[in-house]
Formats: sequence, C-alpha cells, structure tokens
Amino acid sequence: MSGALHELGVAALSRALAAREVSSVEVTNHLLARINAEQLGAFLHVGSEAALAQARAIDARRAAGETLGPLAGVPIAHKDIFVTAGMPSTAGSKMLAGYASPFDATVVARLAAAGAVSLGKLNCDEFAMGSANENSAYGPVRNPWDPSRVPGGSSGGSAAAVAARLLPAATGTDTGGSIRQPASFSGITGIKPTYGVCSRYGMVAFASSLDQAGPLARSAEDCALMLSAMSGFDARDATSAERAPQDFHAQMLQTREGATASRPLAGLRIGVPREFFPAALAVDVNAALRAALAVLEGLGATLVDVSLPRTELSIPVYYIIAPAEASSNLSRFDGVKFGHRTAQFADLAEMYAKTRAEGFGTEVKRRIMIGTYVLSHGYYDAYYLQAQKLRRMIADDFQQCFASCDLIAGPVAPSVAWKLGAQDDDPVAAYLADIFTLPASLAGLPGMSLPAGFGEGGMPVGLQLIGNYFSEGAMLHAAHVFQQATDFHTRCPAGAQ
Amino acid sequence: MPLTPQDVSRIAHLARLELKPDERAAMLGQLNGFFRIVEQMSRVDTRGVEPLYTPLSAVHAVALRLRDDVVTESDQRERNQVSAPAVEDGLFLVPKVIE
Repeated sequence: MSGALHELGVAALSRALAAREVSSVEVTNHLLARINAEQLGAFLHVGSEAALAQARAIDARRAAGETLGPLAGVPIAHKDIFVTAGMPSTAGSKMLAGYASPFDATVVARLAAAGAVSLGKLNCDEFAMGSANENSAYGPVRNPWDPSRVPGGSSGGSAAAVAARLLPAATGTDTGGSIRQPASFSGITGIKPTYGVCSRYGMVAFASSLDQAGPLARSAEDCALMLSAMSGFDARDATSAERAPQDFHAQMLQTREGATASRPLAGLRIGVPREFFPAALAVDVNAALRAALAVLEGLGATLVDVSLPRTELSIPVYYIIAPAEASSNLSRFDGVKFGHRTAQFADLAEMYAKTRAEGFGTEVKRRIMIGTYVLSHGYYDAYYLQAQKLRRMIADDFQQCFASCDLIAGPVAPSVAWKLGAQDDDPVAAYLADIFTLPASLAGLPGMSLPAGFGEGGMPVGLQLIGNYFSEGAMLHAAHVFQQATDFHTRCPAGAQ
Repeated sequence: MPLTPQDVSRIAHLARLELKPDERAAMLGQLNGFFRIVEQMSRVDTRGVEPLYTPLSAVHAVALRLRDDVVTESDQRERNQVSAPAVEDGLFLVPKVIE
C-alpha cells in the first residue's frame, strides 16, 4: 500500500500500523523520500537516521506483542520553536544558528514517549513573529496550493508540510493566531488549546502570557489524538494548568444529549459575532463561511447573534502586550551564554548592541523596539497597563457571549493566503489581518481552524471555532461532526497526491 | 504625539540594539504608523478595571506555584556550555567590564 501511505492521516495510519498492514519504518522511509524532494522550504532540519532508529524500535516493540498507543510509529515533525536535544533548534533566527539544546521541550518529550517518530524541524517565522512565514532567517515557506503564495504563519512550515502530505501531523505554537491562521491558509485543521493546557517548557519564549502549543493535522480527529499526547500538567511550566490528563479523542466522540443521527449537533448554540463579519471581509471568505454555518445549522446547531464589541481594539492591545513580553524575553540573547556573538567589539555594551543587531531580523527588532518603548518610564501606564485592562474587558466580553452560546464561529482571517512579498512594505497591514485570531489569544481561550471551503484562486478558507476555557472536547466534537458531513479537509493540493 | 528620531535612538539604546541610519529612518516611520492604530485604546474608559496579566486568572484564582527546595538538576555544565560563544575552564568569557 506504499503508494498511498502519505495520504493517510494520523488516525488512519494508526489503524494501519496497529493492524500491521504497514510498518513504521516503511512509512518513515516513504515520507523521508517525499521530504527530501520538497520545494516548499518547509523543513529546516531532517533527522533521517534518528527517525529510522525510532521507527525500528517501535516496530520491534509491536512485533514483540506490546500494545502501543495511537501515535506509536506515526511520523511527525516539530516547529523549530521547540528545543530538541538531538537536532538543532533555531527558532527561525540567525541568532540561534546551530544552537544545540541540552534538553527536549516537554511537548517534544511527550510525543516521543507516545511513540511518535520525529522526522525533523519545521520552518517558522523568527521567534514565531509573523503571519506569513516570510520572517524566517532561513527563507520563506511556500503554500502547497499555490507556491506563489504564503502558507500563513508563524507555524508556516508545519502547515505547508501537513497540507503537502509530507507529514500526517506537526506541532505548532499560537501566540496571536500562529496555528489557526496557517491552518486556514493551507487548508488543514489546527487547534490552539486553552492557555496552560500544553507545557511551554522548552518552547523558545515569545510572549509568555499568550504562547500555547498545539497540533496541525488534516482532521479534528487527528488533532485530538495529537493533543491528548502533547498536553497535561508540567511542573516545569509555572503557568501550566493543574488538571488530570485528558483523552480528547474520547471527548470528541461523545454524542451530545438530544442528538440524533441526522441532527448530531442538536441543542448546540453557536454564537456568530457580528464584528467578525465586517464589510471589509473578503467576499469569497464570507461566502464560504456562510455556507459552513449553514452546514452546522443543518446538523442541528442553532446560530445565535452575539457581539464582541472590542474585536478591533484587540489589534493594538495584542501588539502592545506581545512585544512588551517579547522585548523582555529576548533580552537573554546577548551573545554571552548561547547563540550568536558579533566578531568585533570594543567593550561589553558594543558587544551586546552589535550582537543583537546582527542576530535579529527586521520584524523582531521592530517588536523589541515597540515593547521596550511601551514598558519604558513615562509610557507604561498609557500603553502597557491600559492594554492589560482592555485585555480584561475583552475576556469579559467573551463570557457575556458564552451566556447565550456554547461555541463561537467566524472567519480565521479576512482573506485567503496572499502572495509572497505582498506585505513587505507595510508591517501594520499584516497586524490588521490578525484581527479575528487575536481576541481568543488575549482571553486565553481555545480556538481552532478547520477547512470550510475555497475562495479566490482556489485557495482554502478556514472556519474558526472558539470555545470557553477547557472546552476543547466540545470544539473537537463539533469539528468532527462537521468533517463527517463535508470533505474540504480531505482535499489535497495538486502535486501533493 | 509622534515619535522623533531622538526617541528612536533612545529606545534602541534601551533595547541594546545598534541601528544603522537607514534602519533608524524606516523604524521611525513604521513605529509612528503603528502608534496611529494604538490611539483608539486611550479613548476607552478603563477606570476600575483590573488588568489581566495572565489569562487563566480570568476564570480562577491563580497562585504562584513554588516547588520544594530540593536539588532537581544534576551538573551538566559541559553540555549547557556547548553553544556558548566563548568559554574557558567552565566559565563564560565576556569583555572586561571593570578596569
């Protein structure tokens, strides 16, 4: 069955492996060959030998009769924002070129313990700052649906690799939309869980009060399997949520009370925020979203009109808070303990300033400047403190909505993926395009993107679902039901068959 | 009030970032472009609103977790210094700071 191996998602591959219709070594070799031929720029590092050793070990355990978990032998790869002991970890930055981490991120270690086979590291925007994957020091990633377009960002390598059938699933991180938006632009499924569900230990820090890890895969079911293995309390992360391990796959399969075969979402109230459908929303995105909402209604859900009045305000609020935290987090890159150091300097001050000038790219510098300014004496109250108060109001707005609905639905982005270079001259224009993912990020709520149709140029359009805190199971259930009734998530870009 | 070239130099110094003259000029325009969209924030009355520094505090009381005061890490000095730009005898080397 090797011709079709790359077409299998996590769940299908897991079943084939368990039934011993295919070995982990076979599928690993098959995908490594595809990865070595890829032209998208998705991978920064391929660890063939280590991957095959992991695959062989899993096959041997299975052959010995051991009962293994659903991810055992399933090939994945990690966004290069997660540090890995056996492979270089760059965070897409020149600052960390060749950096050898002494340890694995918790998410990496947990997936390895679950038996997932890590094939390598995936390209991303530098320090996860960007929405197009054009800010990587190692070059852009191209969208498999149209190589002249961006795959979205910052988890652009993860999204492109899954969409191009190089991997059944990949890890990503989402600070202001970096899982949901590339999933939407690349026609795949991705979930950012509630803040605190996945450990941040070993994720190169961007904005600590917003950063969250999550999976990108082809379906809600595949995401559920990945998320169950990635998540859970970790004492090494000070903001890790203290709760029992979750079986998101079982939660996803749970039928709703009052559900029937033809109306599996009966009783589910889906809030549609009017601010998520502004006049500026692209016509093709609007059309795909309206059709997707109609599908959900047909499945028994009730659509409820709700309001998130501070949606537009979430842009400045986020772009104050995230750079403030980033400027603090990135102060560790000073050329002393690890990373790049400038070659020539007269004294320590010059060493710092030149090291940072050489090691950081333009967007990272811009955000460090914004963050340093809003935290500086005399500006803190007007910008940083005001933004944190508005953040509370945004979180409260969501709770008002959840008084009348169970989930919120809307677009992920105002348009389909744009052309490479289209936003080079105007960084603020890129910030504005984050409008629909930022509110949930600021509130710490879970959000996901699932394929909901196609727009201009045949490019994918994603539907965003936002749930209340720790309601990933209900979100995955609704998404799974939607994917049972639609086939957008099974569509494959030409050339990736 | 828009930022001035002097402001950009001051912020770059605080951030320990050396900016070339053309970078500084571009940065000035982009920062001012950004702060134009920030203005709408000041128009919202936030008196009496508690800042939300960490999102889970919106749902439940978040206490700082302290671990037991015991040794958890073994000596990994060599491994931890593999990626250091300059080390000698297990120490990180930096330019002389005190004459």
